[in-house]
Amino acid sequence: MGECKPVRNLASLSRRSFVITGSTLAGAMALGVIVPGAARADAPRLASRYWADDGVDLDEVNAWVVIGPDEAVTLRCPMAEMGQGTGSGLPMLLAEELQCDWSRVNVEFASVNRNLGAGTPYGNMLTVGSMGIRMNWEHVQQAGASARERLIQAAATRWSVPASECEAIQGKVRHKPTARSLTYGVLARDAAKVTLAAEPAIKSPDQFTLAGTRQPRLDSAIKSNGTAKFGIDTREPGQLYASIMSCPIFGGKLVSVDDSAIKGRRGIVKLVKLDDAVAVVADNYWRANEALKALKIVWDGGSNANASSAQFRSEYRKALDGPMLTARNDGDAKTAIANSRNVVEAVYETPLLAHATMEPCNATVHLRDGRLDIWMGSQSALANARMAAQLAGVEPSQVFFHQCYLGGGFGRRSFGDELRHAVMVAKAGDIKVPLQLLWSREQDMRGDRYRPQSAIRLKGALAADGSLTAIHIETACGSIQKSTGQMVGDRVDNTSVEGIGPSVPYNKVPNWYTGVQNKNTHVPVAYWRSVGGSQNCFYMESFIDELAHAAGKDPLAFRRSLTDRADSISVLNKLEEVSDWHTPLPAGRGRGISLVDNHGAIGGHVAEVTVDGKGTVKVDRVFAATDAYHVVNPNLVEAQIEGGVVFGMTAMLYGEVTIKNGAAVENNFNQYRMVTLSDAPDVKAYLANTGGVDQKGNPKWGGVGECSVAPIAAAIANAIFAASGKRIRSLPFKNVKWTELSRL
Amino acid sequence: MLAFKVNGTAHNLNLEPEMPLLWALRNEVGLTGTKYGCGIGACGACTVLMDGEAVRSCQVPLSRAHGKEIVTIEGLSTDGRSHPVQAAWIAEDVPQCGYCQSGQILAAVSLLKRKPNPSDADISTIGNICRCGTYVRVRRAIKRAAGIKA
Repeated sequence: MGECKPVRNLASLSRRSFVITGSTLAGAMALGVIVPGAARADAPRLASRYWADDGVDLDEVNAWVVIGPDEAVTLRCPMAEMGQGTGSGLPMLLAEELQCDWSRVNVEFASVNRNLGAGTPYGNMLTVGSMGIRMNWEHVQQAGASARERLIQAAATRWSVPASECEAIQGKVRHKPTARSLTYGVLARDAAKVTLAAEPAIKSPDQFTLAGTRQPRLDSAIKSNGTAKFGIDTREPGQLYASIMSCPIFGGKLVSVDDSAIKGRRGIVKLVKLDDAVAVVADNYWRANEALKALKIVWDGGSNANASSAQFRSEYRKALDGPMLTARNDGDAKTAIANSRNVVEAVYETPLLAHATMEPCNATVHLRDGRLDIWMGSQSALANARMAAQLAGVEPSQVFFHQCYLGGGFGRRSFGDELRHAVMVAKAGDIKVPLQLLWSREQDMRGDRYRPQSAIRLKGALAADGSLTAIHIETACGSIQKSTGQMVGDRVDNTSVEGIGPSVPYNKVPNWYTGVQNKNTHVPVAYWRSVGGSQNCFYMESFIDELAHAAGKDPLAFRRSLTDRADSISVLNKLEEVSDWHTPLPAGRGRGISLVDNHGAIGGHVAEVTVDGKGTVKVDRVFAATDAYHVVNPNLVEAQIEGGVVFGMTAMLYGEVTIKNGAAVENNFNQYRMVTLSDAPDVKAYLANTGGVDQKGNPKWGGVGECSVAPIAAAIANAIFAASGKRIRSLPFKNVKWTELSRL
Repeated sequence: MLAFKVNGTAHNLNLEPEMPLLWALRNEVGLTGTKYGCGIGACGACTVLMDGEAVRSCQVPLSRAHGKEIVTIEGLSTDGRSHPVQAAWIAEDVPQCGYCQSGQILAAVSLLKRKPNPSDADISTIGNICRCGTYVRVRRAIKRAAGIKA
């Protein structure tokens, strides 16, 4: 849309928009009207040229919504698209209000450069925490509603009739008494000049006709024919390629490089040394990576060169003896446990995990005097752009960040580590042409920031009638906030305790203590899809199962006794209904349940497994119920639930990064196994939405990217127990020595 | 000189015979629909058809591709959506992040050529990794493409 001309200036629209919302994103939903040079004959619904124009013209409208004379409606989406589907959900909310032709709605990624230059009208552009709909629903709906009313007014003015006699339907404004109509594309320019006395109210979910219905993804076609452009697919004129290896021992330094083996090799442009990494720049990625592998590199691993997983495991267990920071303290759990005749106690543990996004992390940069162009897929484009500006020595306004599709994110693509590498190599190597720095799979896996390792000791007190009177939890967990530098000092890191103190689906346990020790090693840790829930929901829900059995209660009924939250009950009821819960399974098969509160939804699973005498486990079916309150597109929500099961199941069965001599051992998929079609279970996703409003009276919107990852490990472990009597307290399952594991 | 056809177009390239087909496609031929995922033949993101059979192009040196007919995701249909497997993929909304889907689709095309009515066990032989976990829909789409009622 480089040829588009603005017809309104930013200032007047911003003022007006400010009145509309008065919220943090005020000024964001101006109806921008542009005049494309030529209508696209076959507009892709989610274009494979996917980022918005950066708007170098200062007069250009800053907008979320664009309506062209060709009737195409474009939403400028501040969220990245990594498969979670926000890029197909938000436009539904726009179309819902705009009353436009849904088949003509396009999406493009909002310009980071505009966001930097115009007071962040698109917000922080963070695509994390299953927040896509929750962060944007109001702004997108308001943008659509305000645009609709302006279009109506523009038509009414043309016809010299009261706006009240006009209605907006399917991309047209219709004059009801005469049945005349004009299309949005015809009216758009006039509409941009309209000033309304008051901005319209937005719809509540009970008024929706499009949002809430099953609709296709907008990007299925371009992701089925190779045209969707991921960061790795960036091809700019004269582009070079770099492969990098950082010191395998985290925190170590480069000592020396012997490059005699690559001298005279075809296509090699440059060897670039950084403090803690070596990169080779070449005209073809394969050549760069082969050369990198041929280098003789000497590293100084420093004081961590002997660290190992065995040592960590013992240290985490020891750390359970304290001291602890108090994360939750309701009632008096210690006394309740001391006074109970039926106390259950168990220690659980889980390892480091890599993100292993299918697309290895990469960034393409073009660093020139006074300008830095970036092409990559990022969960945090705004912060990454600022970081890169500082590193490159340019102003943030001189950064042009071209958001690409993300080949998986899962929390890995927030930090910009790959971008930092690209800028540093371009700068140190004085590379003036576009440079694509791509982590090999080995670099991606060995240079990750991992899901933290942790150990936990859980105690539960049961009354004579089998009711749960107290929970007492102590955990030692790698603190993400400490590792990423977000925490100074030593405080409770909520990411370490979500799912075991805060964010539990139960509200009827009278005494509850959760303590945490921030136990970090030299291995960097970070957010990993479902974050604390990834390990804590395995711990909590396995332990709840232990308590249910100790109490002689049905695990589903036991959970129901722990809560009167409508959302938790809704999910339990749905699971009971769909999973045939009360029908016994034949010998060798088992059914396990779990329930979690994770990142915007209650997720519950019933897993059915078959276990043979050698401990070979097959997960046959998973029933996954979710209360996400209100959802935009059930089709995409179900996709997230189906996929989340597999993501969490991979971790449960196979996921482990081990440390040896200070470095990660597993560096590719042959060592870091994934669930594939042969072991993926049939997943049945069910919505058990209770709707409702939040404390501000706004509709409760769910988040669904993570709520299905957290429950599955416990559901499988509990099913294994039901089938075999053996309790899995240490993950991954692949390490379990089945014959040595006694029945409980 | 190495010669092979990609999506019907002849290419004569002066490249190292040991360069994997993947990197020739992505960096020299200019077709980026074929993805790099692991470089060791473990993930299947780089799957293409070579003389009609699914191969992992990161494990095919150009010396082995010489004289062969390669079909990549870009060459599966002229409109990018009408090949029965592509159409099924779109109808079932299989992709999430989408990165592995070129490989999944070509693996499915190859399977259906060998087994027009694949059993569940046949479908399970496709070992391509999808980190988003789209397997439920991959299976459904393959059955749809085969005309099998799910």
